[in-house]
Amino acid sequence: MFKKLGKGNKGDKIFQGLTLLLSCILPLTIITIFVILWRQSEISREMFGISFLWDPTWSNGDQVFGALTVIYGTLATSGIAILLAAPVGLGIAAYLAEIASPRINAVMGFIVEILAAIPSIVYGIWGFFVFAPFLRDWVVPPIQATLGWTPIFSGSFALSTVFTASLVLSVMILPTVASISRDVLNAVPNTQREGMLALGATRWETFRTAVLPYARNGVLGAVLLGLGRAVGETIALTYVLGNAQVMFTSLFQQGSSMAQAIASLFGTSTSDVLRSSLLEIGLILFLITFLINVGARLLVAGLGRQPSGINT
Amino acid sequence: MSSVTQRSGGYRRRRITDKIMTIVAYACTVIAVIPLAAIIFETVRRGLPAWDADFFTGLPSTYGDGGGVSNAIIGSLIIVGIAALMAIPVGVLSGIYLAEYGNNRFGDALRFVADVMTGAPSVVIGIVGYGVFVVATGNNAAIFGSVALAILMLPVITRATEEIIALVPSDLREASLALGVPRWKTILRVVVPTALSGIVTGVILATARAAGETAPLLFTVGTNSFTNLNPFEGAMAALPVVVYTQSAYRGDVLETAWGGALLLLVMVVLLNLTARIIFRGRSIR
Repeated sequence: MFKKLGKGNKGDKIFQGLTLLLSCILPLTIITIFVILWRQSEISREMFGISFLWDPTWSNGDQVFGALTVIYGTLATSGIAILLAAPVGLGIAAYLAEIASPRINAVMGFIVEILAAIPSIVYGIWGFFVFAPFLRDWVVPPIQATLGWTPIFSGSFALSTVFTASLVLSVMILPTVASISRDVLNAVPNTQREGMLALGATRWETFRTAVLPYARNGVLGAVLLGLGRAVGETIALTYVLGNAQVMFTSLFQQGSSMAQAIASLFGTSTSDVLRSSLLEIGLILFLITFLINVGARLLVAGLGRQPSGINT
Repeated sequence: MSSVTQRSGGYRRRRITDKIMTIVAYACTVIAVIPLAAIIFETVRRGLPAWDADFFTGLPSTYGDGGGVSNAIIGSLIIVGIAALMAIPVGVLSGIYLAEYGNNRFGDALRFVADVMTGAPSVVIGIVGYGVFVVATGNNAAIFGSVALAILMLPVITRATEEIIALVPSDLREASLALGVPRWKTILRVVVPTALSGIVTGVILATARAAGETAPLLFTVGTNSFTNLNPFEGAMAALPVVVYTQSAYRGDVLETAWGGALLLLVMVVLLNLTARIIFRGRSIR
């Protein structure tokens, strides 16, 4: 609308060009990251080929590395974390959007922000020195007593386990899920609620039948963003996961995730093969989080364009 | 739909379901507060004893009382400071582009890329930094870590700036343009000052996030146990990395790590509070 006014003004052209130029830095950076990861993982790609993705071997002695153990560890820990964090996060969002007074909302909003801002390293040392001993003393014995016969809870509990890591991750991603779900729920038009309440529905029924279906895609997006955060989480897991590249079967065993393996092994590695393998794992990790985030953003951004599932 | 239109006999049950679900929502919120309280309580309890004069003036050691973190505080200030110097101008101007000129395909793409990049795993940025800089120069340097942190900050600042600038009422732009002020001057003299408190808030939050990052610095900056003031050469200690290395030990050395963790926590809470106060104090309009 104002473009015509600006025409002919040199300053305008320079300014627009400058901002455009600087805007290109971000996309160029991402392309550079991809190119670097691709080129530097060459040794690993040529030695192990595409089967790198599903090879469970991890042997320093033979210098043979496969990514399956760390991919599996990543999926298991972040999968459990999101299963725990999604319902609780949605519950918080529902409380904040539907029940809480503005004042409580402000306080809780701040608490959630702080939780999201606590550095990963603080979660890590808290998880290892405080939370893991707490689990060992109070949570694991009753689980072993009742469910110890099942394979997934068998064996003895070391401090750094898949179980510990999954729980720490769920705490870490809870604020992400909660705050974005809250924004999504707040974006649901009030007419949705009013219509349902006018029909005599209770608050829960209103939420279940009129609010949640409307916000479904957005909430799913929030959960995916939480998953993306869990998949990329690094330093906290170097404390609580155990750095064991194995195909664990029990949650009380140690494991390893992609990001954690990179952080734990890259600095000390003297072998070019291992270093190249870790760079290839970094490439896979970057692609996975990229895809998860793309999916999440599409879902969150799609909210408001088309209400879905209302007539079901 | 059936649950709503049931006969009045179901009313009691519906009321009870409603009550239960309300309680569940309350319970979820309490569950979120417990870990926060536990983390703050334990970090203060274990970290505060480490906060003596030596902690703030001494150098870290892996034996004895664990020493202090003075070099790491200085190092973090240098590394994060340089990262902010790189990320803030680029991020804010990119945000201005998106808000003022970005109503096109490129703008949409850039917006999308920035959103997706806010979720990029920081350790990957770290090893890429290693692959580019450390491999080429054969040396660690603070500046490499600053670049990695700047890449993490850039999308956050860009999007925060755009969102705030988009909130500036167009009346202000129109009034300025109607007076014959060119567009670029309107943006810099009218739009940006109006949105300044919001932009500063976004910058503070992005900086706080970067200051707590460990993974991007591990392989690019490394760490050391003396004070290195040269950002272009040699390893430099940063607070999160020192916490990381010190926590591998026990006793008083570990206590120093907790002290560093407490310092990080205090910094995060203070920066978040500051951001809130700035934003509330002089918000838009």
